[in-house]
Amino acid sequence: MSATTTERQATASAVPPPSPLRRRREPADPGNRGIVSAAERRTPLLGTGLRLAHVLLLALLALVGLGPLLWLVKASVSTTQDTLRDPMALFPSGIDLANLATAWNDVNIDLHFANSMIVAVGAWLVQIVVATTGGYALAILRPRYGPVLYWLVLSTLFVPSVVLLVPLYLTILSPPLLGTSLINTFWAVWLPAGANAFNVLLAKRFFDNLPHEVFEAARIDGAGPTRIFWSVLLPMSRPILGVISVFAFIAAWKDFLWPLLVLPDPAVQPLSVRLPTLARSIELDVLLAALMISALIPVVLFLVFQRTFLKSAGLSGALKG
Amino acid sequence: MLTRVRRWAGDGGLSTLLFLLPLLVVFGVFSWFPIVRAAVMSVQQTNLVTAPVFVGLENFETVFSDPLLWTAVRNTGWFALLALLFGYPIPLVAAVVMSEVRRWRGLYSALAYLPVVVPPVVAVLMWKFFYDARPEGVFNTMLAWVGIGPFSWLQSAATAMPSLVLEATWAAAGGTVIIYLAALLGVPPELYDAAEVDGAGVWRKVWHVTMPQLRGVLLVTLILQVIGTAQVFVEPFLFTGGGPANSTITVLLLIYDYAFASSLGGDYGAATALSLLLAAFLAVLSAVYFRLTRSWSTS
Repeated sequence: MSATTTERQATASAVPPPSPLRRRREPADPGNRGIVSAAERRTPLLGTGLRLAHVLLLALLALVGLGPLLWLVKASVSTTQDTLRDPMALFPSGIDLANLATAWNDVNIDLHFANSMIVAVGAWLVQIVVATTGGYALAILRPRYGPVLYWLVLSTLFVPSVVLLVPLYLTILSPPLLGTSLINTFWAVWLPAGANAFNVLLAKRFFDNLPHEVFEAARIDGAGPTRIFWSVLLPMSRPILGVISVFAFIAAWKDFLWPLLVLPDPAVQPLSVRLPTLARSIELDVLLAALMISALIPVVLFLVFQRTFLKSAGLSGALKG
Repeated sequence: MLTRVRRWAGDGGLSTLLFLLPLLVVFGVFSWFPIVRAAVMSVQQTNLVTAPVFVGLENFETVFSDPLLWTAVRNTGWFALLALLFGYPIPLVAAVVMSEVRRWRGLYSALAYLPVVVPPVVAVLMWKFFYDARPEGVFNTMLAWVGIGPFSWLQSAATAMPSLVLEATWAAAGGTVIIYLAALLGVPPELYDAAEVDGAGVWRKVWHVTMPQLRGVLLVTLILQVIGTAQVFVEPFLFTGGGPANSTITVLLLIYDYAFASSLGGDYGAATALSLLLAAFLAVLSAVYFRLTRSWSTS
């Protein structure tokens, strides 16, 4: 791994101030400038050109980013006929809220919604437990075999997930020591989700940078490793817990191939797995309503936790190298 | 011996091990063991009834003698190339413009990132409807406003793959924009000040200051994108199932077909053999990339 580039990018995006999240309301002051200088901004040609580019980009982003979702909201309360005849009509002939109720009750979207929740919350919990306990042991407790173990964890980052597909599937079919197949149980999704080296890397790096005097002081005051973990480390780790949580929950909600393989029983399938099957059998307006419901949770979560999401996105580019 | 163990436990070695237990179990059973098992399985005949038999390189021969392999490799390469053409320059331009936004930059970022959080299955099923080949289809209606089309999108072998890539780009570009933006905002402002002292205009600052500063990030996103697109699955699986006429069958789709599509029980050996070949190709790619970044960053 090229240490220099990785480090440079890591510091570039992990250390604010110049963070994409921080809104800058004030016009550029000397220490807070971009490519175009304040003097250039005042020239008529560049100033107008820049403003024009900004407006155009905003319109384009709204059209491409928000447009399809707004269309989906509209289509989810339109009749099939309206959507088929003129999908781009702004005002459908009538609002058909029954679609949402039909999707929720009659095609069991409520059940699959609950399954998605269970899958995502469980996967999140397992990932948090593995990343925090593992990161704590590797960064703070530091056993002698720690570096080797950390290397073993990181090396899995270089193995593409496709390699795991078949052997992992067979492991789920007959897990060691357990004697019973995990197929059609949520454990089949939860546990493999925990083996995420990226989470361990994030947690360990964060813990490494915490002031070690705090842990020393706690130890001198008589706190054991468990007490330090609960009462000192975790309360200090909220930023990184947020980042890992966002990654974990959204990834579990979005995942398709793995739950498709290990959850063949429709009664335990999350939305992402069930929807393609439903798409073949249910009416279009109900399907679009179901799609809208499925997109709702991640979109709302994003709108609420925007900062954490965008920080995670910037971080992934910096660290994955 | 016993006293050494006791001292180790007393020093906290035991509690350290307890803290590592979740990591060891989860990585051991669901990561390290399957990775080793993949290597073993690729030289075995595995079915779920009888014990695995060593077959040497037979699985690899099966894979290489499959005429669909080269179709899948070609399609995956075509997907990756199109994804680079669509998804590489556009986010860069958008991020450069966004980095100059002084107010409401958060709004720009949020709008750009919104498609990324939409679950891929939802996005694909929605776009499948957008790609309706009738003149009343969403995209055909919009193109008719400017007098183009109608196209048959997913139903013709020529346009199916670009249609897949278009949706995949829509779904992923926001993430790339945010990565570029973070890097752009990390460029030291003194560099621009210095360039201006030397009389550089906006374009020369972009070319001679911004782009060289982004070189590392540009390489990272390039390699991430190639590694990601080489494993594309959801789009071909849900949009077209590999059709029409195998024009969108990809390597991962082939692996899935080997292992899981047959009702008679999968050819797990061939599937792991092909996945190892794909992984080896990606490893070579990563190695080349690391060599490149190393020589570039020292120059």
